[in-house]
Amino acid sequence: MEIKTTEYKRCTVVKTKGRIDGSNAHELSATLKGLTSKGNFNIVFDMSEVNFMASAGWWALIDTQKTCKPSGELVLSGVDKGIKESLNLVGMGTYFNVFDDLTGAVAHF
Amino acid sequence: MTTKRFSCSLKNLEEICDYITHCANEAGLSESEVYAVQLAVDEASTNIIEHGYGEECPERIDITCEPVEEGLKVVIYDDAEPFNPEAVPEPDINVTLENMKPRGLGLYLIHKMMDEVHYESTPNKGNTLTMIKRHSR
Repeated sequence: MEIKTTEYKRCTVVKTKGRIDGSNAHELSATLKGLTSKGNFNIVFDMSEVNFMASAGWWALIDTQKTCKPSGELVLSGVDKGIKESLNLVGMGTYFNVFDDLTGAVAHF
Repeated sequence: MTTKRFSCSLKNLEEICDYITHCANEAGLSESEVYAVQLAVDEASTNIIEHGYGEECPERIDITCEPVEEGLKVVIYDDAEPFNPEAVPEPDINVTLENMKPRGLGLYLIHKMMDEVHYESTPNKGNTLTMIKRHSR
């Protein structure tokens, strides 16, 4: 799984593509933990090229959000329709600010 | 009706998803219905590998797809330890972030994503999870 992180002035953008499932969610989790352990609590997860996310991936995001708050926040951008629907279905949609595009997400900080 | 056999490995989840996507498209399901089937089958397969067999192993996960009049029927067979769906705790939904716990979500999602879900375990057939997704039209 290729995960790219880009440092901005007020936040860090994390981007990956394709599927996030039980086979690779730990890699995303490790990247996010690496950021929060260095005190980066303002994080944008750019999901514009993620087309599938199983619950293993959601836990990586929820764990990160628990760590980021209240000092900062993990926000999501470019979330696929199917992923958004399933997140909302289990009430997890309310845990994240979701932006249509990356520019809006970065500007949030 | 088609059946495909996969070995018990998380590395096979993508191939399982490709197979199920093909079946769901062939059955004429809409884009969001296809996603629902992908997610349900992925969560069910992950549960079989992580909690059923409990490890990566050469054992089988057989997945049968059958287009039916109302949509798509998917049946997953495995030989892992039988499990009792009623013993799986209901996840806490709509709780605060701090109180969100990673338990029971996979099974909950399967029920939410599919219109019918039946589980059966018999000594000669192993575990059988039958799921139906109906198209909305």
